[in-house]
Amino acid sequence: MTTEATKTGAFDPIRKIFIKVGVLPFFLVGALIIFTALSDKFLSLQNLVNVARQSVYLVLVSMGQMLVLISGGFDLSVGTSIALTSVVSALGMVWLAGIFPDAIWLAIALGAFMGFAAAISIGLINGIGVAYFEVSPFIMTLGASSVGAGLALFLTGGVPVSGMPFAFADTFGFGRLFGVPVPVIIAILCIIVMWLFMSRTRLGTQVYAVGGNIKAAHLSAINTKRTLMMAYVICALIASLTGLLLTARVESGEANLGSTIALESIAACVIAGVSLRGGIGRVENVVLGAFFIVLVQNGMNLAQVSSYMQMVLLGALLILAVIFDQMRYRMILSGN
Amino acid sequence: MSAHPLIETRALTKQYPGVLALNAVDFDLNAGEVHVLFGENGAGKSTLISMLAGANSPSRGAVVLEGREVKFDSVADAQAKGIYTVFQEFSLIPTLTVAQNIFLGWEPMKGPFIDHRTMRKRAHDMLLELGFDIDPTDITSHLSRAQQQMVEITKAFHGDLKVLILDEPTASLTDKEVDHLFEFVGALKAKGVGIVYISHRIQEFSRIADRVTVLRDGGKIGTVDISETSEDALVEMMTGRAIDEIYPKIKQGGGDVLLTVEGLRTAGIHDATFEVRAGEVLGVAGLVGSGKSRLFRTIMGLTARDRGTVKLRGKDISHAPTRAIIRDGIYYLSPDRKAEGLDLAKSSKDNLAINLVMGDKVGGQGQLVRWSEVNAEAETISDYVELHEGYRNKPVSQLSGGNQQKVLFGKCFGQNADLIIFDEPTVGVDMGTRAALYLLIKELAESGKAVVVISSDLPEVMNLSHRMIVLAHGHISAELSGDDMTEEQVLKFFFDETGAKR
Repeated sequence: MTTEATKTGAFDPIRKIFIKVGVLPFFLVGALIIFTALSDKFLSLQNLVNVARQSVYLVLVSMGQMLVLISGGFDLSVGTSIALTSVVSALGMVWLAGIFPDAIWLAIALGAFMGFAAAISIGLINGIGVAYFEVSPFIMTLGASSVGAGLALFLTGGVPVSGMPFAFADTFGFGRLFGVPVPVIIAILCIIVMWLFMSRTRLGTQVYAVGGNIKAAHLSAINTKRTLMMAYVICALIASLTGLLLTARVESGEANLGSTIALESIAACVIAGVSLRGGIGRVENVVLGAFFIVLVQNGMNLAQVSSYMQMVLLGALLILAVIFDQMRYRMILSGN
Repeated sequence: MSAHPLIETRALTKQYPGVLALNAVDFDLNAGEVHVLFGENGAGKSTLISMLAGANSPSRGAVVLEGREVKFDSVADAQAKGIYTVFQEFSLIPTLTVAQNIFLGWEPMKGPFIDHRTMRKRAHDMLLELGFDIDPTDITSHLSRAQQQMVEITKAFHGDLKVLILDEPTASLTDKEVDHLFEFVGALKAKGVGIVYISHRIQEFSRIADRVTVLRDGGKIGTVDISETSEDALVEMMTGRAIDEIYPKIKQGGGDVLLTVEGLRTAGIHDATFEVRAGEVLGVAGLVGSGKSRLFRTIMGLTARDRGTVKLRGKDISHAPTRAIIRDGIYYLSPDRKAEGLDLAKSSKDNLAINLVMGDKVGGQGQLVRWSEVNAEAETISDYVELHEGYRNKPVSQLSGGNQQKVLFGKCFGQNADLIIFDEPTVGVDMGTRAALYLLIKELAESGKAVVVISSDLPEVMNLSHRMIVLAHGHISAELSGDDMTEEQVLKFFFDETGAKR
């Protein structure tokens, strides 16, 4: 904070970086220094590869979260979309595998689509509430998150759904293609698609415009309601995809998957310079932001920080990032 | 006391990184005087008053109050010393009552609790004394902008008011309200209050000013007695150009009927019927609250439409959504560039890009955006509206009102519109920029587009229009053209009561 407050020439490049990309580079450097000092395993290639693999899930969800944040809202129900997808697709696969024992891939595909459908309906409910009834995104997604979590528990009675087809976990949980884990390949594909979507398509541009000033967007012939709706649906869809990958990883449908991911994804986005006021944010930075969160968690694990203290630190990190976001927004507007 | 001016600045300077916002300005204000600060946007007026008001501190130079050098820690500090500023952006809390706003931070107490009854009574008395017809129990957001301004002014009368700074107080007022404000300023003068008055409306100066100080590019050009100068001379001091260069002569095209409105009715608008033709400028005048803006917002689908038909080139658009109307060729420029016009955290280029991406001017109909074409076109538009190169990549929040308005004008060139509706196109815009914006309107009309100019600035509508409609109480009270467009005629129809009886 002191570096930003002093307006001397020596700190000028720091201010410029801060205004341009936000707080992430500073956090990243800080984390690297601290955790390298605490554990000699931290900076090893093997550990970093491990972090990259683990961060796949958060990277995906954070990109969806980013879309909604840029549109000027936020989505607290991403964790619920994951849980609901996990439960519904697992139940579907188990049931369909019983009906079509010879067409296991058909069962997997149909089960996955049932999971997608469940998550998309969460996204639709969020989108309709926010866009057409102008409910605040906070209340809307908080409510939807309770609805979805309740349904997931109701469907399973709180017991994990087991007996899923082995091919599913083998391929999407532990499979490799050309030596690269399948989840990583899927994440890379998603990153490319999202980057193209946000920076090269008209729809992506509309999301930025709606988040920047919704009334101005309306007066520029943008269908603001449809744009908002689309943001929530795509976010739920990406969360759903993540839910499938996590289900494959744990080999069962679980209603408690993704319980902390709403907070983590918002933290990843804000640290990566996505503005909570909407209209500002970049895919490539968000990917780094999510990577950073997982890196910090990994570093804390290596330094043997208890999981309870990890929650404390993660919350503090989010608050700090929001404070810096506030400062940055003021700097952007005033130009000092 | 009389040896010293009430307040003065000595070589007051404000240096921002890379910009000298105010350069060694000497300014003085006597008790019982109205001293006008005049200059284009970015000339340093706002910087100067922000330092008098305590919102900003000088880099060099001094502020001297009644002969003693003072330093203000904050706006509150300046207020405690008797200097009160009514900024353009109001400091009212919209959800509180008028009385609560007036006494915000000064609440009369009864023990540990706020004494609401005394507060209402004193607010009532203050409003009465100032001659403002406002109920202190009204919720502030229900008031008109003019009334809110009156509340804002009322707030100044708590302590011992020595200096009142008014920043563009008449920008959103009608002539009647302006008359009222001036009477009130006159009364304050008589009490010995010194008034610093910032305005672009040069025609007002002879009515209230004693002296005028002209600023340009952060420096002081000069201070003149109002009795020893003329409007033309002041404009020349400010801009270096003569006043008849401000309103261009627009050739009337007289093309086909483009927009037909028949019996349009909505809350606050009764049976509006009129036409707009290609190649003409249609002026729309009326008092604040007459429905002149509401009429066109209804046509654009921004407020609910009850009855009546709107046709664009014969196609019925009475119930089309706003985005379809824009795509069909009408573009509406909002009077509130900050709330509805621009994305303040983005650059002018990004703001223009939205319209280019949504329009069909570049890149074809595909879903992929060709950014090189969009950016090239955004540059062309920026050149066309004469937006200085250095401003193009800055967030528009950092630009002056005039430059923001240029960006807003630029947005209408991004979509191929045939009819462009300018709603209060020059609010808070300086003379030099106004002249440039008027030229753009001229070029649009002469290239065969239809232009509608809605404005509370009477000289502006009268000088630009070929034809005018006047609204009063939501009713079109007159349609004037040619020699009928005189100030008396227009004012007569401002107060037409036909619409009020409905």
